[in-house]
Amino acid sequence: MSENNKENILSVSDLSICFKTRNGSNKAVDDVNFEVARGETLAIVGESGSGKSVTCYSLLGLIPQPPGVIESGTAQFKTGAEKRDLLSSNKATLRSLLGDKIAVIFQDPMTCLNPYLTIGEQLIEPLCQHKNKTRAQARKRAIELLKEVGIDDAETRFGSYPHEFSGGMRQRVMIAMALITEPELLIADEPTTALDVTIQAQILDLLDDLKKQRNIALIFISHDLSVVANIADRVAVMRAGQIVETGETLQIFKQPQHPYTQQLLASVPSGPKPTQAFQPGPEAQPLLKVEHLKTVFEQGKSGFFTPRPAPTIAVNDVSFELRHHEILGLVGESGSGKSTLGRSVIQLIKPTSGSVQLDGQELTQLSPKQLKPLRQRMQMIFQDPYASLNPRMTVFDALAEPLLYHRIATRKNVTAQVLALMDDVGLAQADIRKYPHEFSGGQRQRIAIGRAIATKPELIIADEPVSALDVTIQAQILDLILRLVEQHNLSMLFISHDLSVVRYIADRVLVMHKGKLIESGDTETLWANPTETYTQALFAAVPQRINEK
Amino acid sequence: MESTELNNNTNPQAPSAPAEKGSSLWRDAWHRLQKNKMALLGLGVMITMCIAAILTPWITVYGYEEQNLVLGASPPSAEHWLGTDTLGRDLLTRILYGSRISLAVGFIATAVALLIGVIYGTVAGYMGGRVDAAMMRFVDILYALPFMIFIILLMVIFGRNILLLFLAIGAVEWLTMARIVRGQVQSLRQQEFVEAAVSIGLGPWAIIRRHLIPNTLGPVIVYTTLTIPNVMLLESFLSFLGLGIQPPQSSWGLLISYGVETMEEYPWLLIFPGLALSITLFALNFLGDGLRDALDPRAAKD
Repeated sequence: MSENNKENILSVSDLSICFKTRNGSNKAVDDVNFEVARGETLAIVGESGSGKSVTCYSLLGLIPQPPGVIESGTAQFKTGAEKRDLLSSNKATLRSLLGDKIAVIFQDPMTCLNPYLTIGEQLIEPLCQHKNKTRAQARKRAIELLKEVGIDDAETRFGSYPHEFSGGMRQRVMIAMALITEPELLIADEPTTALDVTIQAQILDLLDDLKKQRNIALIFISHDLSVVANIADRVAVMRAGQIVETGETLQIFKQPQHPYTQQLLASVPSGPKPTQAFQPGPEAQPLLKVEHLKTVFEQGKSGFFTPRPAPTIAVNDVSFELRHHEILGLVGESGSGKSTLGRSVIQLIKPTSGSVQLDGQELTQLSPKQLKPLRQRMQMIFQDPYASLNPRMTVFDALAEPLLYHRIATRKNVTAQVLALMDDVGLAQADIRKYPHEFSGGQRQRIAIGRAIATKPELIIADEPVSALDVTIQAQILDLILRLVEQHNLSMLFISHDLSVVRYIADRVLVMHKGKLIESGDTETLWANPTETYTQALFAAVPQRINEK
Repeated sequence: MESTELNNNTNPQAPSAPAEKGSSLWRDAWHRLQKNKMALLGLGVMITMCIAAILTPWITVYGYEEQNLVLGASPPSAEHWLGTDTLGRDLLTRILYGSRISLAVGFIATAVALLIGVIYGTVAGYMGGRVDAAMMRFVDILYALPFMIFIILLMVIFGRNILLLFLAIGAVEWLTMARIVRGQVQSLRQQEFVEAAVSIGLGPWAIIRRHLIPNTLGPVIVYTTLTIPNVMLLESFLSFLGLGIQPPQSSWGLLISYGVETMEEYPWLLIFPGLALSITLFALNFLGDGLRDALDPRAAKD
């Protein structure tokens, strides 16, 4: 991109935003400067709380005021010959720009579409509102656009409701909706975070094509560095409200200047497992043996007049073994049944048929009471550390519960054991009386991990334990898991949709697709030579790091 | 057998986790409540009212049925601070005696409704499936029963009795509570922390008690503070029907309904009992809001 044909459509300077709360003010955005030109993609990267979304939303008048206060700054938005400061514009002007010249794509397409209106109705609304088009004209335009974003059979889909689309298709609809008024600036806030990796690749390609064809400016907000590497022309790295580094994508990824950028890049899991790969011992008996496991969910209820809908087979005839002291990765896209498999193994969901043996003991036939002593030996770590901790229990309560319940500790020595556990997972002992909401996501996940290892289990099922975490925190938690597995001789079934994470942590990998286990093998062997077509497609869809390109 | 087994499992241990350092949720809640001035004021007003109600026979100068037909209805004066009613009875005395009935009905009937409703709703919500369907259909049936017919049936069977008052009110008020709690529990049951509790190996009773009920407290407390005034007014309706208390005894509800009749000539007969009820409601609302915030660790801003 040569400098002279660069026409900055938006230039933000000296932007500072403060959130005033009862406990004083909190500077969310601190003296931020950036600009974006036509036909250019600027990625704003940062971890949660770095102020990347607040920055962009403030331009659109979408931050609540109060508590938000824009302390200083200008945002010159240039459209045609006109030039406007977005920050000092009144609400009416902003509203006419928004949805006309500026459009936004949000992270979760489901919550941004009105479930009670057909997507067609929602698509033509801005056209009728901003462009004074008739319904027939608007409809024609909407259908063209739906085709352009890759929705087959657009005429019929025009009358469909949001829930009738899959996640990826819904995001395409959102993109069509953003583009329908021919905006000149598109702001995409984590548009692919909620999507599967293969769908993510398609959406990224689509966004890139549209940007080139229409010569629009794209601001791409993301926490995911590998995604950014693929789509951005320039990158701005944000941390604690400040832009610490800006530059061409290649330069940022190849020669990061700021220590934080370096740390961020180093945190992205890449390459094989750092520790010694697991060598199967001589013992013949696997710790966990799953044979022909099948879990079926009944769909809805049978009514008086309607038959019960066909059941969903979430896990279909799955067999595998987990050896002692092994980390077994389980990958697959959403809806592939990997979480259901994990829950069926640990008997949180009763499998429909098949067998699960822990150390030779059959689990599927046991009553909850018979299972209780075995629960001590197998534990689970959940994905969302915000949902997996009881908000009304302190750290002490949460960690003491399994200890006391399984009579591992007595009332007298439980405090000492809880403190030891907190040490083990890297929590400060002083925080013992705090409630979950007082901790960050990473610390909460440490609490959840502490609870899981409290009973000294042999088997841990970790269901996406790092997916909800920021990349630097993710790296810390992964290392914590590796250390604990080593120290406590754990065996683990590690479920994740993130292939690079699995490669980093697992000794062996299982690939699941539509309820079936389609491939398995030693991690590095599988990475080098995936045999199944689906596995190959899955691996190909992973955004490559720039230095691997 | 199931239950003894459960008791053996849970009783010695489950309470011990909080017992180690005192029940932390409640203790922390008390600390937070102490910072909320309005809630403390509400609590203070309620305590004062309860003490006054208990001590009424010893602190009142007049008897509640002591008539002074010569005086008749008189406005507030030095002898009768809040005036007298048409029969010349001291209004302050009657309000104080009335508070004994109203507060007792308000608190006891609500407590009954709370106890039954929360346990019933939690069990239905947690068990789900057929148990839930059966339990909730039973609630629907009771809902569908017209209240008047229910009351008349009770009167026919048991005759007039003050205890029936609590029974009748409790029997209707717990239904809504059960529905609210069941809805809450159904959504809580989907949360991962309940799954985590199952994977630890906790029994159903321990999960209900330690993980589900504490998390339903917010809406429950708010609904409770709404139920108490409801119940107090319901009592006056029942008394009007002949169930419950009879003149010359009084309650706030009865005093208010008499006050309405003579509102134009003797407004103080409506104003003062109404004021007593309003103050109670305000106090309860502040206390309820304070309790809800205090019991939710996330609401704490310290």
